[in-house]
Amino acid sequence: MTPILSPQGLAGLVFLGCVAMTIAGAVVATNAGRLIRAVTGLALCLVGVAGIYYFLDSPFVALMQILIYAGAVCVTIVFAVMLAEPHELKRIGKIHALAGPASILAAAVLTWGLAALAVKTAWQPAACRANNGAVEEVGQSMLTTYSMSFELISVVLLIAIIGSLVLARAGRSK
Amino acid sequence: MDILALHNSLNTYLLLGALLFGFGIYGMLRNRTFIGMLISAELVLAGASVNFMAFNRFLAPDPTVGQIFALFIMGLAAAEAAIALSIIIAVYRNFKSIDTDDVAELEG
Repeated sequence: MTPILSPQGLAGLVFLGCVAMTIAGAVVATNAGRLIRAVTGLALCLVGVAGIYYFLDSPFVALMQILIYAGAVCVTIVFAVMLAEPHELKRIGKIHALAGPASILAAAVLTWGLAALAVKTAWQPAACRANNGAVEEVGQSMLTTYSMSFELISVVLLIAIIGSLVLARAGRSK
Repeated sequence: MDILALHNSLNTYLLLGALLFGFGIYGMLRNRTFIGMLISAELVLAGASVNFMAFNRFLAPDPTVGQIFALFIMGLAAAEAAIALSIIIAVYRNFKSIDTDDVAELEG
């Protein structure tokens, strides 16, 4: 048993806090009655996931997670909620009787299958590691080995920006 | 079982990823607005990213691959959110609603 007042013990406590934040955020995001609360839950969950990334030795990805997801994506969703949510109270209670239990069942079966697969497989670690995965190595392989996918991602983002502008402009006079 | 050393085992992260995926599927089936379904899709993507990062930390021979993949997933999720939200705005202009049940003109 790790003593709680040691660096490892405190790291374990912080990790448990991140896991609790992630799960609580996911519960709020899926069960909230109002969309704006669901977005808040999503932001909480994604910040928790950023903490998980920090524990996985990737502080750069953790910062990007907070910046892009909690910063940009959540704020965009909040703007969409403000633009397109006039009467949010009317939909509560209209849900089909079978929808709740059936979705819980489907999600539970999928989660159980994935968890059983993860636990029962004997994962083989790599014999040696090529580098230690620091930010310098990430940047180097992003601009050498993965430069093609990097460029493709930027093209996808450009097309997404243009496409969303076109879509949001259409029918503006209505 | 040492609960404070959970962050050093691969299974913890894989179970967390599976749980996030399950929450996403549950929300996608249960939610009745387009924005709620988009939020659940983001949860599914977060679960996939957690899996990639866990394998990257514990198993991969080159520990930059998973990080780059997670960054690409973030870029794609941002593009997906932008497109989906502009579609939702366009749907709202035409139907004055973002309920999935109201947008049923092709239902016949």
